[in-house]
Amino acid sequence: MAAKFQGVDFYQVDGLLSEEERAIRDTVREWVDDNLIPIIGEAYVAGKFPKQLIPGMAELGLFGANLPEAYGCAGLNNIAYGLIMQELERGDSGVRSFASVQGALVMYPIYTFGSEDQKKNWLPQMASGKVIGCFGLTEPDYGSNPAAMITVAKETKDGWVLNGAKMWITNGSTAQAAIIWAKTGALDQPDSIRGFIVPTDSKGFSAKDQKGKLSLRASDTSELVLQDVHVPKDAILPKSGGLKSPLMCLTAARYGIAWGAVGAAMACYDEAVSYAKQRVMFGKPIGGFQLQQARLADMLTEITKAQLLCVQLGRLKDEGKSTPQQVSLAKRNNVSMATDVAREARRLLGANGILAEYQALRHLANLESVYTYEGTHDIHTLILGQEITGLNAFN
Amino acid sequence: MKIAVCIKRVPDSETRVKIATDGKSLDEAGVKFVLNPYDEFAVEEALRRKEQAGSGEVVVVCLGPAAAQETIRTALAMGADRGVLLQADKIPTDPFESAKVIAAELKGSSWDLVLFGRMAIDDYHHQVGPLVAELVDLPCVSAVSHVEIAGTTGVAEREIEGGIEVVDFSLPAVLTTDKGLNEPRYPALKGIMAAKKKPLDVKPVQLGRGALEIVALKPPPERKEGKIVGEGPAAVGELVRLLREEAKVL
Repeated sequence: MAAKFQGVDFYQVDGLLSEEERAIRDTVREWVDDNLIPIIGEAYVAGKFPKQLIPGMAELGLFGANLPEAYGCAGLNNIAYGLIMQELERGDSGVRSFASVQGALVMYPIYTFGSEDQKKNWLPQMASGKVIGCFGLTEPDYGSNPAAMITVAKETKDGWVLNGAKMWITNGSTAQAAIIWAKTGALDQPDSIRGFIVPTDSKGFSAKDQKGKLSLRASDTSELVLQDVHVPKDAILPKSGGLKSPLMCLTAARYGIAWGAVGAAMACYDEAVSYAKQRVMFGKPIGGFQLQQARLADMLTEITKAQLLCVQLGRLKDEGKSTPQQVSLAKRNNVSMATDVAREARRLLGANGILAEYQALRHLANLESVYTYEGTHDIHTLILGQEITGLNAFN
Repeated sequence: MKIAVCIKRVPDSETRVKIATDGKSLDEAGVKFVLNPYDEFAVEEALRRKEQAGSGEVVVVCLGPAAAQETIRTALAMGADRGVLLQADKIPTDPFESAKVIAAELKGSSWDLVLFGRMAIDDYHHQVGPLVAELVDLPCVSAVSHVEIAGTTGVAEREIEGGIEVVDFSLPAVLTTDKGLNEPRYPALKGIMAAKKKPLDVKPVQLGRGALEIVALKPPPERKEGKIVGEGPAAVGELVRLLREEAKVL
């Protein structure tokens, strides 16, 4: 059996964590080592989300872990939540995505914009993994510009009728419930965007796997089509209103991604270090050559910076002081950093680096998706640009 | 069912340990400490027994330094009800001294079961459980890999060389737990948060010096580099000769 992952902690960042935070991190780390790492290579090659992991994740309490215990969740702070995402993505971005969507994009909006009845009905079932959710915002023609979405919800006597299509929907074919964002007014009124809880067995609702992915292969990604889908009046999230609501969900998810990326980077760095010490070429371990040392030194430096970014962002979030722009900075930096680390690790591993038996290329391919989803790297650049200058460069 | 589980804080088996400058103890700097893996079986068994009985109490007892509170909380996070830290500056090298202190604590209450891991992975003594049983005057079954309990009697199985030994015992009893007994649970995240709110008594204890002394600790000798004798059937003769004459294993 491979050695257990020992973490990467060059700056004693562990010392910034409480005993509970460390215990939670270590528990998830061990669970990932025991349950995820042994199966992930095969699941990735097969292009299958490892569904069998869902009950174990639920039992640990990983879904919506930063939501209150009153709704069956673990009631953790945001640092502990971030550490969970870090450890899951140390295993695979697809599995972390699954948990991110369930927690930050499905349970969070129900918790934040839902009625008390909706919260009581859905959250405990979702925390226990009995109900899996997905989040439908992006459309085939509207990715970075969700305000222009064309999915609509028309009010009827006894409820709503939804029409439209959503794309790149993680968990889309697995989910029993979808959070669908739709315009309740005219197409030029993004303020009329509202969220709906749509059971995926509703008549007119269909989900189709997106085939041919070369990234996030151990994740379910689907296209959703809603054709005259009737939902009752109480399907609407009453406190949702305007594009701001789904964007708040994205900020919640991006926060977890900033941590997750550190996990993927640590996995690649760890693999690269161990390979560099063992692989002998020209009569000595390749770790003894300057080019590989430069690679490893850069990786460690960037990982350490990203770790510190996460801890401070998490503390600010726990104090209610974090801004969406700060989350953008962390998502942008950390995912880009992790992509670079994965690429360099892949190269350090030489030909072996292209095999599923090693992690680096799987992480690299995954991270190219993470770089693009939840606000592309470029969009986060513009968010920061606007924050710095006060000038909008989006259009 | 009232169950005591006696646990120990030990270095993680994945940690690379260094010998301290005194040449007879471990340098603890940078070493990660964990709940002794054999004790995890004991904690898990206690929790299952309590769950089966429908009521009861699982008390974790640990002899160790102040930092062992963290180890106790690992067991509390798994589901134990409360903890007792018998706080000492140093863990004695003589298992009999440890046993005396733990036995004194256990004598204060009556127990249906007292569980230990069959050994601690740091010193490999295998002694404290059976010694405590003797001191508190209870029957003891060591290295239990399967157990059935009905009322006040139990049947335990022990894996011995080439077979399984089946032992009847009466409760209360001391059992030391072996691999195979159960699959220890992961502490749920809620359990980790709840652990800090569970009672944890810290009792300072005085330990005797004991009769054992560690004179020196040495790492195992480094393995010499292997030798490739040759390839294919042609190399067999030479390999056999070397195994016989140099390695002297044939």
